[in-house]
Amino acid sequence: MTGSDGASLALAPKPTPPMWPLTRRPRRVDWRTVIYHTLVIAFGFVMLYPLLWMIGSSFKPPDEVFSTVTSLIPRHPTLENYVQGWAGFGGISFATFFRNSLIYSVVGTILVVSASAVSAYGFARLRFAGRQVFFVLMLLTLMLPIQVQVVPEYIVFSKLGLLNTFWPLLLPRVGGQAFFIFMIMQFIRGIPRELDDAAAIDGCGEVSIFWRIIVPLISPALVTAAIFSFYFTWGDFLSPLIYLNDPRLYTISVALRTFSDPAGVTNWGAIFAMATLALVPVFGVFILFQRYLVHGISTAGLAGR
Amino acid sequence: MASVSRDIALRAPSRSGAAASARRRALRRNLTGYLFIAPWLFGFLAFTLIPITASAALAFTNFNVLSSNLSFVGANNFATMLSDQRFWRAVRATLLFAFVSVPLKLAFALALAMVFNSFRRGVYAYRAAYYAPSIVGASVAVAVVWREMFGKQGPLNGMLAAFGLPTTAWLGDPATAPWSVILLAVWEFGSPMLIFLAGLRQIPSEFYEAAAIDGAGALRRFLAITIPLLTPLIFFNLVLQMIFGFTVFTSAFIISGGTGAPLDSVLLYSLYLYQKGFKDFQMGYAAAMAWALLLVIGCCTALIFRSARFWVHYETDAEAAR
Repeated sequence: MTGSDGASLALAPKPTPPMWPLTRRPRRVDWRTVIYHTLVIAFGFVMLYPLLWMIGSSFKPPDEVFSTVTSLIPRHPTLENYVQGWAGFGGISFATFFRNSLIYSVVGTILVVSASAVSAYGFARLRFAGRQVFFVLMLLTLMLPIQVQVVPEYIVFSKLGLLNTFWPLLLPRVGGQAFFIFMIMQFIRGIPRELDDAAAIDGCGEVSIFWRIIVPLISPALVTAAIFSFYFTWGDFLSPLIYLNDPRLYTISVALRTFSDPAGVTNWGAIFAMATLALVPVFGVFILFQRYLVHGISTAGLAGR
Repeated sequence: MASVSRDIALRAPSRSGAAASARRRALRRNLTGYLFIAPWLFGFLAFTLIPITASAALAFTNFNVLSSNLSFVGANNFATMLSDQRFWRAVRATLLFAFVSVPLKLAFALALAMVFNSFRRGVYAYRAAYYAPSIVGASVAVAVVWREMFGKQGPLNGMLAAFGLPTTAWLGDPATAPWSVILLAVWEFGSPMLIFLAGLRQIPSEFYEAAAIDGAGALRRFLAITIPLLTPLIFFNLVLQMIFGFTVFTSAFIISGGTGAPLDSVLLYSLYLYQKGFKDFQMGYAAAMAWALLLVIGCCTALIFRSARFWVHYETDAEAAR
C-alpha cells in the first residue's frame, strides 16, 4: 500500500495534498531535498542517541561502558551482560520479573479493554435516564490525577490484606478506563445506526447487537486500545512500587529500579542489557501494530503522556 | 430516534395497556443501559468517587496506616503545607517543570509535524523514528539510561571533554538537574506531533495557494492559516500535556534516586506526595496534598477552557466568516 517506503514503517494513512504548493520540479539535484534529509537524519540521530547508547553499552564488557562512553559500537562485543543481568538479584532472576510484568500487562489489558468496550457501547448507543450526567462524569475522570485516588485505595487494600498481591493492580481495571471508553465511543458513533436497527428487526437483543454487530466492526479500535493499555501497564511504575514489596512479585519497572540502585551497582553493562530487554516487548508491539497506533492517536488523542 | 422506532417496530402496544407498557419499556431501556455501563459505573464508584471522597475526608485527619491512629485535625494539614519548606520547593520544581516542558514539547511537536507533512521519500520511516522515544519515554528503563547519560562519566560529559569543553556533574547541581527531567519530557513529543500532523493534513491546500497568490510569505501563511486552523488541537494538546506536566513521577523518582535531590530541585509534586504518603506514611497529609493538586489542575483546566473563546478558532467560525 505504501510502496517503496517499506510497508513495515507505513505510519500514515494515504497521502493527501501537500501543505506548501510544489510549483518547481527541477531535474538537477534538488538541494532542498538533500538539506531536508540531512537535517532530519542528523536530528533524528540525536533523538535516538540515548536508546542507541543503551543498546550499544549493553554489549560492552564492564570496563568498556564508561571508558569509551561516547562510542556507540562496542570494541569487544559480548553477551555476558545479558547472562549476568538475567540472573537478577536476591536469587530472583529476570524471568520472574518478566513473567510478573506479562501477567500484569496481559490480564490488565484484557480487563480494561473488554470493560471499556461494553461501557462504550452503553454510552454511545443506549438511551437511559442519567446517561448525560454519567457521560460528563466519565469525561471529568479523564483529567483526574491518580494521586487523589491512590492514598485511600492503598489504605483499603492494606486493610483487606491485599498488599503484595496483584489484586490492587488488576481490580481497578475491571472498570475500564475513561480514555479507552471515549476512544471506542468515537468509533461506535461512526457505525451507521441502520445496522443496529436491521439486527433488531431480525430479533437481536442489545447484547447480541453489541456482540455480533458492533464488536466485529470496532475491532481496530479494540486493538488500538489494547496496544495503549499494554504500554501503560508494562511501563507502570507507581502502582507496583506502592503495592509490591516482595521482590518475587516485582514487575520489570520496579525490578529495574532496584537493580540499578546507584549505591549497589557494580556491573553497568548488565543494567543496560536488562533495560534493553525491558523495552523489547514495547518496540515489538510498536513495529507490529504501528498503523493502529497512529490511528488511535489521531482520532482520540490518546497516549498524551 | 432510531431506537424508539425500533421499539415500536418490535412491540406494537395494545391500546389498553399503552401507558403501562410504555413504562415497562422505559424501565427495560434504563436497565439495559445501566447493565452495559455497569463496569464503568462500578469502577467509578469503587475506584474514583469513593476514594476521592475518602481523600477529602482523610485530608482533615492525621491518619497513619502503620499505627492506625486516626484523629480529626481540622485544617491542620493545609496549615502545615503553607509552612512546609519542602512543599513549596516541590511546588516550585513542578511549576518550573510544567511551564518549561509543556510549551517546549508543543513547539517541537508542531515544528516536526510541519517537517513531516511532506511527501518526500522516507518520511514514514522518519516519523516512526521520531515517535519511538514517546512510547518508551515514561519507562524506568529510559529514566535509568537518562540518569547515566547526564552522569559524571556519562556520554554528555564524554563529548564535552572530547571537544575540550568543561564538564560538570549535571545531576549534582540544583541549577542543571531539573533540566535533565525537562529534557526527558520534551523528548517525548511524539503524540502531540502525530495529533498536529493529522490536523495539518486537514487544512485544504487551496488556502495556502490563495495566500501565496496574494503575496503572503511562508511566515505569514504559517501565522495566518496554519496556527489559527490548528488552535483546536493546540488547545487539546495543551490541556492534556498540562495535566501530564503536573503529575510526572517516574522520571523524577529514578533520576533523583527517589529523593528529589539535589537540594529538592527535582522534587516534583507527585514525588513529594509519594514520600509523604508511602515513605513517612502520613496519609492525611498526602491526601491533603492530593486535593490541593486536584484543585490546581481543576483551576488551570478551567482557565484554559475559559480562555479558549479568545484564541481557539473552530472550523464553523471560519466558514461563517467567509
